[in-house]
Amino acid sequence: MVVFDRPHALADIPLHYCPGCTHGIIHRLVAEALDELGIEGKTIGVAPVGCSVFAYNYFNCDMVEAAHGRAPAVATGLKRADSDKIVFTYQGDGDLASIGTCETVHAAARNENITIIFVNNGIYGMTGGQMAPTSLPGQVTQTSPYGRDTQTVGYPVKVVEMLSQLDGASYLERVAVNNVKNIRNAKKAIKKAFQNQMEGKGFSLIEVLSACPTYWALEPTKALERLENTVIPYYPLGVYKDRFAKEEE
Amino acid sequence: MANKVIMKGNEALAEAAILAGCRHYFGYPITPQTEVAAYMAKKMPKIGGTFLQAESEIAAINMVIGVASAGKRVMTSSSSPGISLKSEGISYLAGCDLPALIVNVQRGGPGLGGIQPSQADYFQATRGGGHGDYHLLVFAPSTVQEMVTLTVKGFELADKYRMPSMLLADGTLGQMMEPVVLDIGEVKTYEKPWALTGTELKREHNIVNSLFLQPEELEQVNFARYKMYEEIEATEAMYDTYLMDDADICIVAFGIAARVSKNAIDAARAEGIKVGMIRPITLWPFPKKPLLEAADKVNSFISVELSMGQMIEDIELAIRCKKPVSLCNRVGGMIPTTEDILNSIKKAAKGGNA
Repeated sequence: MVVFDRPHALADIPLHYCPGCTHGIIHRLVAEALDELGIEGKTIGVAPVGCSVFAYNYFNCDMVEAAHGRAPAVATGLKRADSDKIVFTYQGDGDLASIGTCETVHAAARNENITIIFVNNGIYGMTGGQMAPTSLPGQVTQTSPYGRDTQTVGYPVKVVEMLSQLDGASYLERVAVNNVKNIRNAKKAIKKAFQNQMEGKGFSLIEVLSACPTYWALEPTKALERLENTVIPYYPLGVYKDRFAKEEE
Repeated sequence: MANKVIMKGNEALAEAAILAGCRHYFGYPITPQTEVAAYMAKKMPKIGGTFLQAESEIAAINMVIGVASAGKRVMTSSSSPGISLKSEGISYLAGCDLPALIVNVQRGGPGLGGIQPSQADYFQATRGGGHGDYHLLVFAPSTVQEMVTLTVKGFELADKYRMPSMLLADGTLGQMMEPVVLDIGEVKTYEKPWALTGTELKREHNIVNSLFLQPEELEQVNFARYKMYEEIEATEAMYDTYLMDDADICIVAFGIAARVSKNAIDAARAEGIKVGMIRPITLWPFPKKPLLEAADKVNSFISVELSMGQMIEDIELAIRCKKPVSLCNRVGGMIPTTEDILNSIKKAAKGGNA
């Protein structure tokens, strides 16, 4: 009896991610959601620019590779082209919360019926570890070598908190993938974000706190500890908005 | 005889897009093309289409990419500064081999420039505008009727070749009213097996993408695209001629500049000067062949442009610099008068520079 297998929606090819990177886990959670909801065949994914740029190779559904930050606009076009399709974007923090802030905010404001998986690891990984909009105060990166100085470069962008102020957004939750309990919660949230879209409930965004051992300069287990002890306290987990929570109770 | 209706250029092109099967329009307000969006905002909801005012030109062109990826006819329209903003997305359209129609109702530049007519985006349109090696199919209407026919042609050829098309109009053509025939006949459509329509678990996944990290692969992708461009240059160049049979002087002009030039040619002919015109209708591919042939017959060329002299470079290249080419131009939103062009013709007739 098979008790654990690769989800059908996840391609059977090696991923390029660094050892200890949590993108692999998040890819799997998305693929499991597509499998369990039986929607792989009518799903179209939008890959970002960043570490997960090759996501278009890793998911077995139809995929498009967007310009940096523009995935929510591309997803809007796809969804408007055929509202029967399930459309999701998979974006990192530089992509979504810096160069793509405008597209993110307005897709949420329109309550665009799409699903966004927002992977926040607080760093630009692909370009070699630069400061991200979500890097923590004091965080040392290639472009904040003395630590993020909030006096000169300001404070991190808290995406789900910010979007929760918009009337448009339907479902916003922040999860993490640093331990089994949190991964189970992340799975639940991601699945719900897709289910919302199937039910026409509108804009869902799941922020997934993720680890980058390479550019946090920590071994993988230490990176998960930093996620638990330093990152989660700054970015509290939980549901920030659920427009349909009441009717489900 | 087909029914004629009076329409503004901007509205005529919008109606033509709908007739061509376009059901998705994304734009951002900018003068002098706002009538396109206004028309689409009225019409699209009534016919099951999408009109969406995007949060920026950048978002609008990326929404276009989304619909184009899904295999449906889609367009955006803007004016010069907005086209600069869309240029990133246009490069992605070209790099992803996606068909779409982009309308540029040009205004004076650079920078915020002005809101009066211009043709100063010629380089931007014919050289691509964004980063990387690519071309757009560029159509230059000179009447409201051509706003209609070339919009349809733009959609058809974009689909045929899987590349973006641009309708390069100007503020005058966008704003002017003329009688048009909207009976456009049968519109050509093309199969799009590459489109993102969902695998239904029955086929391998389709990927729309412009990223090729292996240089050998990216080189081959560029070679293949330029091989297709060669075919387009050989077969799709469009132009019109006016009184060229006995011409000693050849005016080259497109769009609104060609209309004024026609008046100047008539005036010059009345004074006995043998002048004619080659009017490029496609700016890319540029009608090189008729120009090169004309170079063996005429004494000189005059490029009439609403720019500081952009198309003139393509004329010189097309005729291999066999004959002198002078420039007759107004810029910044100004349009040359019949007298301006007539003076250039007279100078050319005396063998001097315009």
